[in-house]
Amino acid sequence: MVKKYETPMLDVLEEGPWPSFISGIRRLADEHPKEMIQEMTHSLLGQLEHSYETRKGYWKGGTVSVFGYGGGIIPRFSEVGDAFPASREFHTLRVQPPAGNYYSSGMLRQLADSWEKFGSGLVTFHGQTGNIMFIGTTTENTQHFFDEINQYGWDLGGAGPCVRTAMSCIGAARCEQSCANEHKIHRMLVNNFLDDMHRPALPYKFKFKVSGCPNDCQNAIERADMAIIGTWRDDMVVDQAEIKAYIEKKGRKYIIDNVVNRCPSQALSLNDDDTLDVDNRNCVRCMHCLNVMPKALSPGQDHGITMLIGGKRTLKIGDLMGTVVIPFMKLESDEDYERLVEIAEETIDFFAENALEHERTGEMIERIGLVNFLEGIGLEVDPNMISSPRQSSYIRMDDWDAEAEKWNERQAEKAS
Amino acid sequence: MSENATPRPPIESGCPDGFQYMHPVMVKNYGNWAYHEDPEPGVLLHVAKSGDKIWTVRCGTQRILDLFTLRKLCDIADEFADGYIHFTIRSNVEYMVADEAQVQPLIKAIKDAGFIVGGTRNSVAMISHTQGWLHCDIPGTDASGVVKSMMDELITEFQEWNMPNRVHITTSCCQINCGGQGDIAINIQHTKPPKINHDLVANVCERPSVVARCPVAAIRPALVNGKPSLEVDEKKCICCGACFPPCPPMQINDAEHSKLAVWIGGNHSNARSKPSFQKLVAAGIPNNPPRWPEATAIVKRILKVYKEDAKDWERINDWVDRIGWPRFFELTKLPFTKFHVDTWRGARASLNASTHIRF
Repeated sequence: MVKKYETPMLDVLEEGPWPSFISGIRRLADEHPKEMIQEMTHSLLGQLEHSYETRKGYWKGGTVSVFGYGGGIIPRFSEVGDAFPASREFHTLRVQPPAGNYYSSGMLRQLADSWEKFGSGLVTFHGQTGNIMFIGTTTENTQHFFDEINQYGWDLGGAGPCVRTAMSCIGAARCEQSCANEHKIHRMLVNNFLDDMHRPALPYKFKFKVSGCPNDCQNAIERADMAIIGTWRDDMVVDQAEIKAYIEKKGRKYIIDNVVNRCPSQALSLNDDDTLDVDNRNCVRCMHCLNVMPKALSPGQDHGITMLIGGKRTLKIGDLMGTVVIPFMKLESDEDYERLVEIAEETIDFFAENALEHERTGEMIERIGLVNFLEGIGLEVDPNMISSPRQSSYIRMDDWDAEAEKWNERQAEKAS
Repeated sequence: MSENATPRPPIESGCPDGFQYMHPVMVKNYGNWAYHEDPEPGVLLHVAKSGDKIWTVRCGTQRILDLFTLRKLCDIADEFADGYIHFTIRSNVEYMVADEAQVQPLIKAIKDAGFIVGGTRNSVAMISHTQGWLHCDIPGTDASGVVKSMMDELITEFQEWNMPNRVHITTSCCQINCGGQGDIAINIQHTKPPKINHDLVANVCERPSVVARCPVAAIRPALVNGKPSLEVDEKKCICCGACFPPCPPMQINDAEHSKLAVWIGGNHSNARSKPSFQKLVAAGIPNNPPRWPEATAIVKRILKVYKEDAKDWERINDWVDRIGWPRFFELTKLPFTKFHVDTWRGARASLNASTHIRF
């Protein structure tokens, strides 16, 4: 007999027009032919109702992994397992999605069939770290499920103090704003660090996120230790006929208020004949005007990326944005991509050696200063890395001349 | 069992190649898209430089998917969308079709199956959220339940283009804020120090790590009832809960005193202004399952004022930058308190050092 539980509070969440996760879990509990799934999901509903009644969580972590790896599993043992025994062990497997989150129905059905054999039948695409979350299985079945899906092409993601599963936007596959091959960048970076992902040994987590343009749909600057953002350095492409068509449709006032006046660096000017002038040297590639008029304005053709390092959430010193460490680099040749991976390697090596336990890259940089970090990974300072120069005179600078000479040499090299 | 006698070493294949699961029109035109249009809410049309077109229909789901629902999504893909599915960062499902005639039948199939078409352009997008009581080890609330309750109330805003610009809402079940930055964020805010079970600390917690984890150095080792444990200086404690994950006997969640707070103005995009972090606007909101009506009411109040007062293309942070914080509190009728004045690192940068004041 499958044990069932009263769930009056959860039942309320089956009402209303938005699809209900409770209805989904209940359908597994009541209608799934497999007794293991019925038992686990009924038990899960019972524990969740208990949480709703007492306003407390009852899951505890632990140590579970698969043979050969140290991470990739979120172990969950119930603190109230005696009352809800069928979900006493309810671990999540973090599985890496294809870069860009593309699936065929055939592949999803194959995963569903495997999960039906070994798990609770609950899955999320995707968790906030970008993994497919297969939610709810026992310690033993964790291994069996992984063995099965690993054979047909799926690998675990990161959990714990390690390189984490990366994320990238749909980008070049279906977006005119894309200035990068997000898919290639994503896979090159993360697949170069699989040992650091599967065997957690870093001071804390390290995340890569890739967005194809400065709209940064992957929240990379705010959330990634290493954010790669596609951009361009030549002139944006303007289709003046489409500008005129847009003005005809929306009115001149609309384009002045919503395009020209919203440019953060005042780089746009509407001419008397309804053509648009762009001051490309002062365009900061914010994307606003391209977002408003995607048919009339496009990114330039000289694509590359900007790299920012150190974004993270609140714990422990507060939220930090990533900081520019590479204003622009081309990603065309194999050597360009190799250089990108090399910078990532330098960064992770430096992080592994210099961060304190449970310290993210952003916090480490906050503690040691950006310049020490740049010197550690072999990058030169650049005024694009700052909002403004130093305001305080309290700094020792007796080797000013040598540092100024380095700048002059780099400028001369660039000029030649 | 004999099959377990020799464990199988893992195949470290890493992140799979996405091209094998990508719609053929997207593979063909990879990196060569010209522009897009928004034919109707929830539908995108992308046009490639080759002239190829692809229509995308976006829909919201319950995010925590059961296998019945996952297979239903697959059935729709097979019957109406060439067998391909894409998931957005906010866990929406996207179906792509190369033939315009397939768009309306696809929309109908999605709606008939109970999913909600929308979430594009200037709508309220799907709320991004975390695991909560369903699966997290430290949650103060249940993200899935909060999200279900709010999306029930915001469904029209998801389905239509009613907002000045897009609105990203997030929730987080603890102050680590895994839900991330949002135009509006609904996050747990604890208001009392942890309650310590001194009988368990020595056996369960690595005490130096817990001491190091505290952002304000309020935790120190102590002998309590003759046992090695930890004590919290409650005058210093900011009730953040950072000690709870490494030391479960330091229970931070409290049925009454773990509240919800609402933050606004987080924006990941570089469009117009630089990316911004969210700012506190309301707190002390009861953590009230199963429907959290008080939190939803505040979110709806903020959305109403934003919709009425913001100009086209202003995200919530752009709007408040223009009208100023005093006007925000005036318009929303939310109380402004001493807790809104920042005291954390770099707080001086958030103070008004000018006579720029609106009357």
